[in-house]
Amino acid sequence: MTEGLLAWSEARFGPLWGPALYEFAASLAFIVAIVAPLMLAVAYLTLWERKVIGWIQVRIGPNRVGPRGLLQPIADGLKLLFKEVVFPANASKPLYVLAPIVAITAALAAWAVIPFAPDLVLSDIDAGLLYILALTSMGVYGVILAGWASNSKYAFLGAMRSAAQMVSYELAMGFALVVVLMVSGSLNLSAIVAAQNRGTFADMGLNFLSWNWLPLLPMLAVYFIAGVAETNRAPFDVVEGESEIVAGHMVEYSGMAFALFFLAEYANMLLVSALTAILFFGGWAPPLASPLADAVPPIVWFLLKVFVLVSLFLWIRATLPRYRYDQIMRLGWKVFIPLTLVWIVVIGAWMQTPWNIWQ
Amino acid sequence: MAFETVLFYAFGAVLLAAALRVITARNPVHAALYLVLAFVTAAALWLLLHAEFLALALVLVYVGAVMVLFLFVVMMLDVNLERLREGFRQHLPLALAVGVLMAVEMALVLLHRWQGVAAPPRALAPEDSNTRALGRLLYTQYAYAFELAAVVLLVAIVAAIALTLRRRKDRRLVDPAEQVRARRAERVRLVSLPAEKDR
Repeated sequence: MTEGLLAWSEARFGPLWGPALYEFAASLAFIVAIVAPLMLAVAYLTLWERKVIGWIQVRIGPNRVGPRGLLQPIADGLKLLFKEVVFPANASKPLYVLAPIVAITAALAAWAVIPFAPDLVLSDIDAGLLYILALTSMGVYGVILAGWASNSKYAFLGAMRSAAQMVSYELAMGFALVVVLMVSGSLNLSAIVAAQNRGTFADMGLNFLSWNWLPLLPMLAVYFIAGVAETNRAPFDVVEGESEIVAGHMVEYSGMAFALFFLAEYANMLLVSALTAILFFGGWAPPLASPLADAVPPIVWFLLKVFVLVSLFLWIRATLPRYRYDQIMRLGWKVFIPLTLVWIVVIGAWMQTPWNIWQ
Repeated sequence: MAFETVLFYAFGAVLLAAALRVITARNPVHAALYLVLAFVTAAALWLLLHAEFLALALVLVYVGAVMVLFLFVVMMLDVNLERLREGFRQHLPLALAVGVLMAVEMALVLLHRWQGVAAPPRALAPEDSNTRALGRLLYTQYAYAFELAAVVLLVAIVAAIALTLRRRKDRRLVDPAEQVRARRAERVRLVSLPAEKDR
């Protein structure tokens, strides 16, 4: 069918623009196929979060809108959609509008290289991991711009905190990923998943023991905690810090502009969970090589892992109190970065010995 | 005209406009943001050459880290535009001389290149991994220069920290390990007080 469409496009728009237009339309269709379910997942993640936190605090959680509260995110979305976007006095209007757009763009664009299943990826680029790092590092602009353009001291304080925090944790995150790419020998996410499903344990049918989480356990901890800090989630949510700076960079935003920040935060949570699943938990691969596990489609395994990891985010939020700001900086610079640097050397040395398990 | 050529001119126009706004924007924050735009567009141009590693590294390092810190500083500064513009005429000759010198230097480098190779930079073949190619070159042919650059950067890091490090007398530094070790019995003493009698 795709060839037919390509031929039609060439016949209709000429040999020069036809293929380009076809390519554009096909990419657009793919993007919609990823972003639409993602947005739905984000909406229901908010409900799941409120439910989980409710259960942890021995409450019921939202249960009024629709059957068992299932329409709650839709109601929330509609409410925000119809609210007025207020512009603060002396706000820098273009940047004030641009900030949430930058935040959501960075959060969504990173999904282009996530492999959901073998060959089910929008763009299987060679430097996929680097692309993810580059895109997620741009997300901080949404926060900084929002803080500056709002012309509000609370928003500005939030932006300053977030700039320092995100730059700090990006380093630890990057170094943890360097270890992963050392053992995988590739920056391509599909290749990283494939590399995890080889080895002694995988040959025995025990896939889950050959995944990266076991030999790189400290890096998994560093990566996941840095991921929590990068997404500005509790216990690292001093950027929002309701009790001190009300809601940080989002304090002046209302309506859909506020909702975009919210969507970006949750999309980033899902992204970090998806990346943790891909880099450390074997991506779409089943944990055991058995006919039963193989009968389940790979994408189900992938989504299952993402679901478990994203629930961990909520569990952490409900359990731990907020970090103090200097403690966050100390953890990032004095604990994580030295740890990852040492681990790079350790893994590098290990790979040169005869006991190298990543051939 | 191939589609890539259209893209090239579009990105080129955006890059030029952004670069021009960097030096003409009144507000330093706007200028910094235009610089970010210029970096992103330059990365897009490199992507057109299939130099994806370089393009992503540019975004990662300059947009993701350097410019964030730049913005951080620029936003904190209370820039007085009137005061900044005071010495414009006075410094104009020196600034012009430096500018012309830099332009001549860049022109010399480019002219020198043109004598050797007539063709514009060739796009890499899409199938070969330029991450691997770059790594191979960096760690073999250019290993010495690479190490040297690393040492220079290390010296710069040490110097930057040494210059800004100051020990304040009044700071109240706490050892986190000590904080964690603290037990309730050391801090809180529960005292049983007899109830106050009604009068």
